Order: sequence, then structure tokens, then C-alpha cells
Amino acid sequence: MKFARDTWLIFQRQTQLLLRNPVWVFVGVFQPVMYLLLFAPLLKPALNAPTQAAAYKIFVPGLLVLLAIFGGLFQGFGLIAELRAGVIERSRVTPISRLALLLGRSLRDVVSLMVQAVIITLLALLFDLRVFIGDLLLAYLMLALIALMTSAVSYGVALKVKSEDALAPLMNTVAQPVLLLSGILLPLTFAPGWLQGIANWNPFSWAVDGTRALFAGDLGSDKVWQGLSITAVLAALGVYWAARQFARSVR
Amino acid sequence: MIETRGLRKSFRSRAGRETKTVDAVRGVDLDVAKGEIFGFLGPNGAGKTTTLRMLATLIEPDGGEATIAGADLRKDPAEVRRRIGYVPQGGSTWDESTAREELVLHARMYGISKADAQRRAARALDAFQLTEYADRKCKTYSGGQRRRVEIALGIIHEPKIVFLDEPTTGLDPQSRAHMWDEIRRLRADGMTVFITTHYLDEADALCDRIAIMDNGEVVAEGTPTALKREISGDVVLVGLDLAATPQAAQTLDGEPYVNKLETVDEGGLRLYVDEGATAIPQVLRRLDHAGLELRSIELHRPSLDDVFLTKTGRSLRES
Repeated sequence: MKFARDTWLIFQRQTQLLLRNPVWVFVGVFQPVMYLLLFAPLLKPALNAPTQAAAYKIFVPGLLVLLAIFGGLFQGFGLIAELRAGVIERSRVTPISRLALLLGRSLRDVVSLMVQAVIITLLALLFDLRVFIGDLLLAYLMLALIALMTSAVSYGVALKVKSEDALAPLMNTVAQPVLLLSGILLPLTFAPGWLQGIANWNPFSWAVDGTRALFAGDLGSDKVWQGLSITAVLAALGVYWAARQFARSVR
Repeated sequence: MIETRGLRKSFRSRAGRETKTVDAVRGVDLDVAKGEIFGFLGPNGAGKTTTLRMLATLIEPDGGEATIAGADLRKDPAEVRRRIGYVPQGGSTWDESTAREELVLHARMYGISKADAQRRAARALDAFQLTEYADRKCKTYSGGQRRRVEIALGIIHEPKIVFLDEPTTGLDPQSRAHMWDEIRRLRADGMTVFITTHYLDEADALCDRIAIMDNGEVVAEGTPTALKREISGDVVLVGLDLAATPQAAQTLDGEPYVNKLETVDEGGLRLYVDEGATAIPQVLRRLDHAGLELRSIELHRPSLDDVFLTKTGRSLRES
């Protein structure tokens, strides 16, 4: 009860601050829309897709996962600013739940990602993308789990390194191979065997496959439950680890 | 209200490949009574903030015991958190929030209901004369206004003890005097106030009792008056050229009225005497007799800096 209340309190505060600065919606949507408009048209011939809509079914889920990964991983910057302002320290001398300090923030990030995902999906509908609503909601659950994990990990790392100068290269170094090895931009079906072998060890590759299967309307595919399970476990681990960082040296 | 025994903390720092252990706090014993303003005086790096952060549950002590407002710091930090307020040194407000939002949020972090939190925020804004700016963003405040918001945050849940880390650092003299009044007002409301400072005048004017900290240890503790009285007598400062200083020291050392003699680095002597008024003529006579020319002579009653100097061999102003 107290935990839920504490989480809601932090979530409300963070959301309020985010809404005060609505530029993020524009910034958050601008880049994916550019991909949608300027990159996706190349895909139909490149993927040998029968129609543009088929190409979108492959590309849009990847784009959304990309958004969830990056949107989450860079949330740590905001936390470092809060650390510097003393807001975190001030929170830590109160009896508020340490997990709520993390989860309130991460859930805000999940919600803001959902808003972006909905906008992108709606835009893609204009380009003849068609998805069943049930499948779409499951895909959004996958995205939410990814964003929860990446934002929690980003917060945890931010608390550890405490400086933007260290966080930026660190997150870029992690994000780049994750991105390339997940078949986000182009499916890894084109990849040589050794590359696919490495990608199999990349959990995000499973998440992308699962999301694509959902967009393809293939609910029964093993990839769906595999992707969901892997991201759920990783999200739980990420939250657990990051919450410990919030509680560190403070029992 | 606060009782600590042998509180210790060391940090490991890495310089290149070597790890060094720095003993930031080496066994601090403190007894702070209810309703007093207790000052923690010492140079930067003396371990004041580390001690304070331990008492405020922000870092875990390596050893020792502490009871804070009746709660055991080691066994029940969560209860300690409920009973104390803490105002950090570097600020604690968010640029994009307003004072009212910050106060309501902070009260609610203590489990206070929304309606009650709003009432408390309004009352605190009023008490700290912030109502006029209450709904402006914190980034528009002056240093003094912002510090007042931060103090208000620290006491919004009516704690028994409030810890203020260097509450007046960086404030202009007027805001500083204002802050002293605020702190006295907290005491008048029955709160125990624990502050750290490196300002001698602040410790002297504001605090009921002080502990002087140096190098991770408490080197003296008591009321400012008692501490100054401990250094018996007055101090006579003799201004001399650097060249003449050693000879003058030789001349005056061993004089019956000089209890202690120290040379000042930039030339001159510091004499600890029982009675300044009778010592000065004798000093003048001896130096004149030795053919030494002095530039100035000054009598001063002991200050907390002298207390610090006798306890540590350094001046607080230099360190």
C-alpha cells in the first residue's frame, strides 16, 4: 500500500515535470517519423516485400523496439541532473520506499514511450499498416518491458557513475552493438551464420523477433512468448539491480 | 537528543593503481541536548559533512553507536529518518518546480496526506516569508530565498532534530543574518538544531554549544564562552619584520608574564599572556631595550580561532 502510494507520488511528480516541457513529444517523435518517411520507402525493394504495407510490418516493430531501447537508456541523464541538484539526497533522507524512487521514474518513462509508440503506430496506419488490436497491445507490453528495463538500468548506472561525461559514452557503447545485433533496421534473416549466432545471445534480438511476429499477426509463434519471457525476466532483474543502487549505503 | 559513541567512517580512494584508505571520521563522541543549537565547527575536509551524513542515515558508519531522537541509527535507520530533517549543503530544490510543489511533495514523502501537506506547505511558506514567490519556479529565486525553501523542506514534517549542513555558505551578509534568525526561530519552536559551519563568528554567535572538529576527530567541545575561557588570558600580537622576528622571539621567550609564544609565518609574534594590559608595556620595554623596532602591537581577547589554534596548532583561517 505504502509502496504503491510512494510510487504513484514519484510518478506524478515526474510526469508533471515532463508535461511542463512538452518539447520532448516533438523530439521523441521527430526521429522515428524521419525513419518512417525517409528510410522505410527503401525497404520494399530491399526486403523484396510484395507491398509497402508488408515492408512496414517488418520495419515498424523494429523501429518501436529501437525507440524503447534508446528512450530508456538515456533517461539516466535526467537523474544525474537531479543528483546534482540534491533532489535525490533529499528524497533519501525521507522514509519513502527506495524501490518507489526508481519505479516512479521508470514508469513515467514507460508511459512517455507508450505515447510515442501510439503516435508512430497511428502514422504507420496512414501508410497502410494493419495490425490486430490484441496483437498490438501485446506488442506494446513487450515495448513497455523493454523500456522499463533499459530505463531502470540507465538510472542504476547513472547512480554509479554520477557524471554525464561517463554515462554518454557508456550508454552509446552498449547501445550500438545491441542495436546492430538485434536486426532492428533490417531483419537478421539476411545475416551470415556467425552473425546470427552472436545475435542469438542478444536478448533484444528475441524481443524484436517477438514484436515482429505480433505485427505479422502470428500470435501462436514461439517467438512471441520467448520474447515476452526474456524481456520480462530482464526487466525484473534490471529493476532489482537499480533499486539496490537507490538503496545503496542506506538501509 | 543525539548521542554518539566512537562513530567511524573511512573511504577508499584510488590514485592510479594504489588504493588509499582515508579515515574521514575517526571515532566521534557527541552529546547534543534537546532544544539547543549545536554547532560543528572545523575546516573543510575535517569530517563534518561525513559525520552529518552518517547521522542523517545517508551513509552507513563503519563502526560506533548513535542514538538519534531515541532511535538507534544502526538498527533502525528508517525510524531515524522519520524523526529528523536534513538540509544538504549543495541545495535540494529542482529548478523547474515551484516552492509550493516542492514542499507538498516533500511532506508527502513522509506519508503525510495531500490535504495536510498543502496546509503545511502554506504555513511554511508564510513562516519563511516565501508566499509571494511560492508559485514561481525555483530557478528564479535568489540564493537566500532558495536556502529558505530548503530549510522549510527540512522541517516540513516537524522533526525533532534538523541537520543543517553549512546553511549560510554562499549567502550575502544580510541573508546570512536573516538565516540566523530563522535558525533561532526553529530553536524557539522546540527543535534541536545541528549545524555545521566553518565560520567562527557563526559558531560563536549562533550556537549554544559547539564541537570543534579537525582531521576526523572532535578536538574540543563546550559552549563558545567556556571554550574561550579555557585559553586562559589574552593574546598579544606583536607585528615585526620577518628578519627581526627570531631575535624578538629569543628576547621574549622565558619572560615570566609570557605563558606561550608562537612566531607568525609572515613575521611577528603571538604571545599568550594572563593580562594583556600589563604585559604590553613590558613587551615594549624589552623590545626597545634589545634595539628591535616593532611595526604594531595589538591586544585581542581569545576567539574561537585561538581555541582552534591551541588545539590543532593551525589557524582555522589558514586551513
